Amino acid sequence: MSEHPDRLWRNPEPRAGYDVVIVGGGGHGLATAYYLAANHGIRNVAVLEKGWLAGGNMARNTTIIRSNYLWDESAAIYEHALKLWEGLSAELDYDILFSQRGVLNLAHTLQDVREGSRRVNANRLNGVDAEWLDPDEVRKFCPIVNTSPDVRYPVLGATLQPRAGIAKHDHVAWAFARRADELGVDLIQGCEVTGFRKHGNKVIGVETNLGPIMAGRVGLAAAGHSSVLASLAGVRLPVQSHPLQALVSELLEPVHPCVVMSNHVHVYVSQAHKGELVMGAGIDPYNSYAQRGSVHVIEQQMAAALELFPIFARAHVLRTWGGIVDVTPDASPVIGPTPVDNLFVNCGWGTGGFKATPASGWTYAHTLATGKAHPLNEPFALERFTSGALIDEHGAAAVAH
Amino acid sequence: MLLIPCPWCGDRDETEFHYGGQAGVPYPERPAELTDEQWGEYLFVRDNPKGEFAERWSHSAGCRRWFNLVRNTATHEIVR
Ligand SMILES: Cc1cc2nc3c(=O)[nH]c(=O)nc-3n(C[C@H](O)[C@H](O)[C@H](O)COP(=O)(O)OP(=O)(O)OC[C@H]3O[C@@H](n4cnc5c(N)ncnc54)[C@H](O)[C@@H]3O)c2cc1C
Ligand SMILES: [Zn+2]
Repeated sequence: MSEHPDRLWRNPEPRAGYDVVIVGGGGHGLATAYYLAANHGIRNVAVLEKGWLAGGNMARNTTIIRSNYLWDESAAIYEHALKLWEGLSAELDYDILFSQRGVLNLAHTLQDVREGSRRVNANRLNGVDAEWLDPDEVRKFCPIVNTSPDVRYPVLGATLQPRAGIAKHDHVAWAFARRADELGVDLIQGCEVTGFRKHGNKVIGVETNLGPIMAGRVGLAAAGHSSVLASLAGVRLPVQSHPLQALVSELLEPVHPCVVMSNHVHVYVSQAHKGELVMGAGIDPYNSYAQRGSVHVIEQQMAAALELFPIFARAHVLRTWGGIVDVTPDASPVIGPTPVDNLFVNCGWGTGGFKATPASGWTYAHTLATGKAHPLNEPFALERFTSGALIDEHGAAAVAH
Repeated sequence: MLLIPCPWCGDRDETEFHYGGQAGVPYPERPAELTDEQWGEYLFVRDNPKGEFAERWSHSAGCRRWFNLVRNTATHEIVR
């Protein structure tokens, strides 16, 4: 890997117009811009970010990467992402600290066991690495998990995806941003989209606090704020925005070798490269754009974590925070055209879109370049909420990011 | 933690309540006459404003009654 450069991108003034304008400079927007330039040769592209680059959910997520989803459509797109992750540090010439340490999804009830084994079988049929571990094997893989039979929710087994793991989210954003910038993409920070310029039913540009910017095509990649933006164009999305919180402990010696998630007791835990324990749970129930949630949600996730990992009893909570996640009725994303011409949407990744960043960008770039669906994002178009062809991933996605 | 005013019991902790999403979404009067688009919209699409939002709450660990609130989703302030 080369020396760290002094600066990673220019800070250009917006031009009058672009072939493609991407709204939202999080992971998905940046990856989309990079693949537009790298895969499709479309370099007259701007990413408009109302704050600073990757300061939204990209800065707030717990970076779990896995592809062990239940249905064929999901396995295909998340596994494409995982394969891209495996080559991403080399491709972007930037160490994203991708660590394939394995992810366990614990089962605590007979129903969990059945569902987990079913998912292992479905994963294998889709070429996704997956194993079923009994409690003894769980203990060997992750010795600090309490596998004693006399706890409230005993560990009855777990699914293991060995190729799953974590990465360093900031590095991922910076790596995509740097390469996109090198290829000619304008990354414009402090630029909030406040409306759309339309010609009949066609979007021809956006209004921003820095003035109007014309666009051949506009791609939304605004995560928790997708509904707000779409409504400016007269589009209603099947998305609800909720707080999702996470927390870290102080830095500790390496004690936790993998990622452990439990839908049933409602917590997941990994240990970051620097040493802090990283924990998260489920969303706060109410709609919100406030980037903070309620304290009892944190309390419950700590209680669950201590039940699973008694060794953490004397760790301290150093910091908690929240992001705003865009949740769909079937816990699957929405990628594709909208009823407004030249306006495309990529949203609904909810609590689990970090892991999809490269594939989201790869397929969305294809859609923005060609105006057509990519085979991997076709099933995720808005039409499924009319046709009923939902891709219900609540089992694989619920607490589990 | 939100402090939620139940119209019958007064201010109580959020943990006593269950969230019900957007208020004022009636079951369609003649569902069989809806197009697929309209039915899909009824099933899956709700408003998601940044700002004031009329929503349902149930005091599930108290009097167990449902009621409406207007809450600001950007500030969490309960407006009425
Ligand atoms: C606490 C937490 C934990 C998570 N853990 C995981 C995990 O372990 N694994 C996983 O796979 N996923 C996880 N996620 C989900 C993941 O973070 C998101 O799905 C993903 O980051 C969303 O894509 P993004 O990076 O593009 O979003 P963001 O980084 O939120 O980017 C959207 C951007 O759009 C900008 N924007 C919004 N409105 C406008 C406007 N009008 N004009 C211009 N710009 C605008 C925002 O400022 C923001 O920067 C987690 C999320 C949270 C909050
Ligand atoms: Zn009450």
